[in-house]
Amino acid sequence: MPERIIESFNVRYLSVLDEKGDADESLMPSLSDEDIKRIYELLILSRTFDHHALSLQREGRMGTYASILGQEASQIGSAYALEKSDWIFPSFREMGVYIAMGYPIDMLLQYWSGDERGMKTPDDLNIFSLSVPVGTQIPHAVGAAMAAKYKGDKIAVACYFGDGGTSKGDFHEGFNMAGVVKLPVVFICQNNQWAISVSRDKQTASKTLAQKAFAYGFEGVQVDGNDIFAVYKAAKEAVEKARSGGGPTFIECFTYRMSDHTTADDATRYRTKEDVETWAQKDPILRLRLFMERKGLWTEQYEKEVEENAKAVVDEAVKNEEAIERPDPKDMFRYTYETLMPRQIREMREL
Amino acid sequence: MPKLNMVQAINLALKEEMQRDSSVVILGEDVGKDGGVFRVTEGLWEEFGSERVIDTPLAESGIIGAAIGMAVYGLKPIAEIQFMGFIYPAIDQIFSHASRVRNRSRGRFTCPLVIRTPYGVGIKAPDLHSESTEALFCQMPGVKVVVPSSPYNAKGLLVSAIRDPDPVIFLESTRLYRLIKEDVPKDEYTIPLGEARVIQEGKDITVIAWGSMLHRVLQAVEEFDAEVIDMMTLSPFDEETIFKSVKKTGRAVIVHEAPKTCGFGAELSATIAEDAMLYLKAPIVRVTGYDVVMPLPKLEDYYMPTVERIKQDLEEVMKY
Ligand SMILES: Cc1ncc(C[n+]2csc(CCOP(=O)(O)OP(=O)(O)O)c2C)c(N)n1
Ligand SMILES: [Mg+2]
Repeated sequence: MPERIIESFNVRYLSVLDEKGDADESLMPSLSDEDIKRIYELLILSRTFDHHALSLQREGRMGTYASILGQEASQIGSAYALEKSDWIFPSFREMGVYIAMGYPIDMLLQYWSGDERGMKTPDDLNIFSLSVPVGTQIPHAVGAAMAAKYKGDKIAVACYFGDGGTSKGDFHEGFNMAGVVKLPVVFICQNNQWAISVSRDKQTASKTLAQKAFAYGFEGVQVDGNDIFAVYKAAKEAVEKARSGGGPTFIECFTYRMSDHTTADDATRYRTKEDVETWAQKDPILRLRLFMERKGLWTEQYEKEVEENAKAVVDEAVKNEEAIERPDPKDMFRYTYETLMPRQIREMREL
Repeated sequence: MPKLNMVQAINLALKEEMQRDSSVVILGEDVGKDGGVFRVTEGLWEEFGSERVIDTPLAESGIIGAAIGMAVYGLKPIAEIQFMGFIYPAIDQIFSHASRVRNRSRGRFTCPLVIRTPYGVGIKAPDLHSESTEALFCQMPGVKVVVPSSPYNAKGLLVSAIRDPDPVIFLESTRLYRLIKEDVPKDEYTIPLGEARVIQEGKDITVIAWGSMLHRVLQAVEEFDAEVIDMMTLSPFDEETIFKSVKKTGRAVIVHEAPKTCGFGAELSATIAEDAMLYLKAPIVRVTGYDVVMPLPKLEDYYMPTVERIKQDLEEVMKY
């Protein structure tokens, strides 16, 4: 009756593009020059949006906002692997995903300004309303994937959450179901090292988050979350696997939240400047720029055009958003149920 | 017409709706091959297969969360929570999501979901198998709460709940599951949500109840000229039927199994006081479970409003 190893796992780590802009050609995903430029433009656009959103908040023109600074590659890289027909279940720090999927930017500003109408996803997209309660969207993605599988739709479902989200019960319940039923879902965790002030090592004693997937019977992979090619490659493979019936994948994007948790937070209370400066060296946009410059895809002139265009797009969105009329107070009532309740009808008259 | 008990009537509603609409699916613990611990889903797995009658892992939040995702995607899931005492882990999903999907997306996404769960005292089971915390869900705008009291209305209400475009919590009294048999048509019929029914007309006193309590009420009122109302839907509830009756009788007694404090009787009582006070001849009285932790079976008969307790309160109210 020997004692023996009955199961063991290997956790892959993937990185393609280093901080100096050198890419490992053997690992390079297939992306045309046009794709790479498009990705770069989306990175700049989402950073520009983020920057504007923070200023608008400071000026009192927008409510509390969760910045994506530093996480752009994790978001754009994964979203770029998705089609509009795929379903996405985001958390609140996914503005890069929204922008990459073509969600109207004025609507994002409208939502963060406190207007539900900004979350009315346009009909050509399947991005579910972002989830504020941490981790609770994970079972939704699982359910949507079950429904897609039942209907025979060849789509993938992407579910986004943070490192903090992996401690929630819904992470366990959702992952467990996804594994049992072998669902077409891709779980994307942006491990940005922080859940407000709680550091990653206080969240779990696991060496990686990726390894948790193995307990549920599917693969988890850790990728350099500031490396757009690594994120895209892992996401593309996972999405194709999902679409072709291969089941779920968990991608841990190892990245860093460069900003405060939200505009209501002050990160200097719990982390050092040095830490942040170290991570600034790993900036996801900078390294893609260096790569592109070497390939002859980037010039000062191009940069100027891309930045000006991004600024124009965001300025236009801000203008549009500010021109939107206030919501009708009666709207509070109109979407509780399909039809108004008798009591609601009387209450509405008070407004 | 076949005489069915409530388990059979609910089973028939599920079966007929699944035959009619391929987007109706069932998920929950032991709902498949086993047919559910109360056998409510018996035979459905055999007829519709494991893709439509889904045995899930033991995970209440996951079941409701996944059902929400299914509903948003376009299915009409019916989730079973094995006992109401185990729905609490899923309250986050119900309150934070199911009830808010439509509002949050301004109607782009909806959540046509039914959550069926057995409730109340009835089967001499361990801790947390006898809960009746229906009022919790009545304070969640965006969900509806339905409590059938007979095989006939269980079928009609469940069909309406399944077809309803919004989330519905459907509470099934374990005590009633096999207590009564009545004629239940095989053919399609529905009972609209949000409407109460007057079970028996009377002049002196209005007695309001739902689900399991109704049967004790009917015994307790035998010597009174009482009008008995079965709420059937608690949220949204039928104020008109209550007002009409209370204005006629001038007396109101509300009977429920849940504890008194913040029970649904409090809402009904306040509603009557607000809008029909001037018609009242006597104080509104609530006959309810006590404000205690639900006891284990040895003491549960002391906890529940009995026919005797209800009668005593009716006599008190008639003194005015
Ligand atoms: C269930 C729940 N608990 C607490 C909060 C408050 N809160 C908002 S974000 C957050 C930290 C989330 O960390 P993580 O999952 O790593 O995501 P990140 O903010 O880093 O993107 C907390 C505690 C919440 N929104 N939901
Ligand atoms: Mg985090």
